Amino acid sequence: MKPRMSLYGAALLSFALAGSAWAGELVINTDMSDPAPKEAFEAVLEGFKAENPDITVTWNEFDHEGYKSAIRNFLTADPPDVAAWYAGNRMAPFVNSGLFMDVSDVWAENGLNDTLKSASASMTIDGKKWGVPYTYYQWGVYYRKDIFEQNGIAVPKTWAEFVAACEKLKAAGITPIAIGTKALWPTGGWFDYLDLRVNGYEFHMDLTAGKIPYTDPRVKAVFEKWGELVTPGYFLENHAALDWQDAMPQIVQGKAAMYLMGNFIVAPLKEAGLTDDNLGFFQFPEITAGIPMSEDAPTDTLHIPSGAKNPEEAKKFLAYVARPDVQSSWNEILGQLPVNNQSEKPSDPFLDAGFAMLSDAYALAQFYDRDAPAEMAKAGMEGFQEFMVKPDNLDQILERLEKTRARVYK
Amino acid sequence: MFPTPIAKVSAPVRIAYKVLLPVALIIWLLPLLGVAMTSMRPGSDLTAGNYFGIPSRFAGIENYTAVFRDSPIGWYILNSFKITIPTVVGAILLSCLTGFALAIYRFRANIIVFFLFVAGNFVPFQILMIPVRDLSLRAGVYDTALGLILFHVAFQTGFCTLFMRNFISSLPFALVESARVEGVSEWKIFRHVVIPLMRPAIAALAVLVFTFVWNDYFWATVLAQGQNTMPVTAGLYSLNGQWIAAWQLVSAGSIVAALPPVLMFFLMQRHFIAGLTLGATKG
Amino acid sequence: MSAVDPAVPRVEPYQPGFWRQNQRRLAPWLFLAPGMLMFLVYVIIPIFQSIWISFYDWDGLGEAIWIGIGNYVELLDDEAFYTSIYNNILWLLLYLLAIPAGLAIAIFLNQTVFGIRLVKSLFFFPFVISQVVVGLMFSWFYAPEFGLFYQLSEVLTGKGIAILADENLATFGIIAAGLWPQIAYCMILYLTGLNNINPEQIEAARMDGAKGWSMLWRIVVPQLRPATFIALVVTVIGALRSFDLVSIMTDGGPYGATRVLSFYMYEQALSEYGYRMGYGAAIATVLFIIMMVFISFFVVRLVTRERSG
Repeated sequence: MKPRMSLYGAALLSFALAGSAWAGELVINTDMSDPAPKEAFEAVLEGFKAENPDITVTWNEFDHEGYKSAIRNFLTADPPDVAAWYAGNRMAPFVNSGLFMDVSDVWAENGLNDTLKSASASMTIDGKKWGVPYTYYQWGVYYRKDIFEQNGIAVPKTWAEFVAACEKLKAAGITPIAIGTKALWPTGGWFDYLDLRVNGYEFHMDLTAGKIPYTDPRVKAVFEKWGELVTPGYFLENHAALDWQDAMPQIVQGKAAMYLMGNFIVAPLKEAGLTDDNLGFFQFPEITAGIPMSEDAPTDTLHIPSGAKNPEEAKKFLAYVARPDVQSSWNEILGQLPVNNQSEKPSDPFLDAGFAMLSDAYALAQFYDRDAPAEMAKAGMEGFQEFMVKPDNLDQILERLEKTRARVYK
Repeated sequence: MFPTPIAKVSAPVRIAYKVLLPVALIIWLLPLLGVAMTSMRPGSDLTAGNYFGIPSRFAGIENYTAVFRDSPIGWYILNSFKITIPTVVGAILLSCLTGFALAIYRFRANIIVFFLFVAGNFVPFQILMIPVRDLSLRAGVYDTALGLILFHVAFQTGFCTLFMRNFISSLPFALVESARVEGVSEWKIFRHVVIPLMRPAIAALAVLVFTFVWNDYFWATVLAQGQNTMPVTAGLYSLNGQWIAAWQLVSAGSIVAALPPVLMFFLMQRHFIAGLTLGATKG
Repeated sequence: MSAVDPAVPRVEPYQPGFWRQNQRRLAPWLFLAPGMLMFLVYVIIPIFQSIWISFYDWDGLGEAIWIGIGNYVELLDDEAFYTSIYNNILWLLLYLLAIPAGLAIAIFLNQTVFGIRLVKSLFFFPFVISQVVVGLMFSWFYAPEFGLFYQLSEVLTGKGIAILADENLATFGIIAAGLWPQIAYCMILYLTGLNNINPEQIEAARMDGAKGWSMLWRIVVPQLRPATFIALVVTVIGALRSFDLVSIMTDGGPYGATRVLSFYMYEQALSEYGYRMGYGAAIATVLFIIMMVFISFFVVRLVTRERSG
């Protein structure tokens, strides 16, 4: 075992060594480098160790972004017993190359097929389960209630209302929609929602599964709607040079009014001074009438690498994190939603709204870069970004994406 | 002397020159000065839009303390030293040997070996990336200081060999000859005749290799991934992801990361420049 | 086992004096061995391995599949590849400006006024700083809304220019950041060169009435040729190796407009969404071939210079 422990890991390890007899071992690699996720996972580990004093836990904590490339290295070179990752197609490369272990037995023995039912589909490849989900969160539009009020805008329910709201805000000298696309993925949220609302869930899933050409007129229709926001300049200027956090001050300072994001934006916005009084949330409005509302709700997961040295302990840990009480307290700190349907939801107006929305949802998508394979996602989001800057290039962009699609899904 | 010494030109030109010099210097260093200023601003100045005015108060100590306290930058700097210093020692050791071999002995393959070292030194890193990464993974040195050290030593040996060979060639060959006549073994000639004369070359290479390796970013991202190995260049970039919009911290972190090679440069300026300009006057 | 052939003279490896006799022949190889071994393992052999990998379809995780020149065929039809080459050419051409700019600054600073040593060191400063820091500094300089450059452009043109968000300008913005340390490097080469110019020739030319441009062009520049050669080598190699600044300032964006070959290779093979080792290796091979053209030229010049004296 290489000395790759973080300080935390080392501290936990020495703590565990002092407190218990040497029996089982468990090495966990995660990407929980942000404050809340880190604190939450520490609590989870404490709980697990209290119940399993004979297991020595080593936790290697990675930087959130760096983890995405690091996982490829450690899965082949030095696999831990448990690794954090994401559901959907994002786990496919590891499943297909045999780097993740089939954990269908963990699901069957612990009744997870019932309690984690909502995430079942996104954890299944080839009819087997490849990991355990522990949290998910909603996407939607976060907005400044006070600005909406000042300008006499009601929460938009339809596309026409949404566009009208943007127009009003723009006329009042406020950037209607904040976004930072330097890291590309924020564009994926827009594409997902527009496609889910224009063409519906089945179409979106077929598209991300590579069954529909990007040159299809129905895909083009999505960009037409998008163009109704891009052409009049409703998005924050120069977004291509900004990260998603760079765009947040615009909301905080009241220079911009809306932000399509995941629920993780609430914590930093509140930290920067917004409160429940001036920060609100609404569901992405309806576009094509009659299409049932589906939502983006990315699920975060834990997996056992097939090279794990302690698979028994790892399975124990997966069963532990699937438990309703564990998911309740974990998500309480995390400020997100537990996947287990027996768990208690944290009480918070944003999560309440999110939970209500997701419970009524027709279906849940993971996110563009988790539903589509990596190469397609990269090319796609780059195309979205280009469209948001140069909407006139649409035909070229779609042709390029189609070329990528033809290659990626052989 | 070219151009005409300023002392010999007319007074107005001379005065204009003396005024222009500091102005030019300030413009040249503007990005650096801006960052240095920002690193001493309180964060509240930045949110209030005071990016370039006089800082509302001096917050340098606070920012630099925050950088060290709230981020692993101290750890990253330690990693940088752990990678850089052994590399300097290793590359110099190896290149003393190779440089000696190529400068002192005439053998058929001499020019080819020399050619390989020089050419290899110029190849794009990307052509080495995948195999070097695989090799490190398989040897179990991926994400360790050792993995980075081994690569850097190997790669820097190319440049250092060129340098050492040229340096030794310029030494009087008669020294070696006379030692041989006296029956001194080749190793002892190397060890006791040549090495003592190589101090300036070793000093020059030490500062250069230190700077090159300290400033390396590409290999740090390819061969390291965690806080326990990442040197300060890659670490600073990942911190930049966490400090978004907190430019006072990014600035302070940048200054901290830049400091060791800068100090090295000022302390060993003569050697540094002698190394960099090797060959610039010859021929 | 065959019997020892009596016709073959017996080799006597342990004969006293073997080492003494062959020392001069073996010594260079013994001296070379450790350095060459390292260099072979980490530099020379990987070049061939990369070329080999470029004929495979490989995601770095599973089985590699031989596809012959498939990756290269795909490159020919890849817009991003052409963007990268185009940007590499831009880098190369604009980077060459570092040479005259470095010479100009060197001439400007080649005086003996008070404090000039410190001024020279400070001018050289940017070269000592890591490109990561340079990239962050310039990102800050260019930042939309509050960046110094943005504000200056707002004052001058009425509308702020966010260089790194504009596909047509972003590459220029990055190259400008790269030129900063590169000019410093060329400057120091020329300062050393100027120091070593034969003062008698200058004086003689002055007697003949040469001054200003004609002096520079006819007397000084030819004497600076060795410095110019090295400046050319480091500038060309530096331009083609450009990776750090692109990665730090734009990550190849906006929508891939600032990609260069070295960055595109990394992006395809190892970045967050890149799982294409074979394709990446093919890009690296192309970059290698381009650089080999320059490398061969430089090395041949270097070697001929060695031989002639």
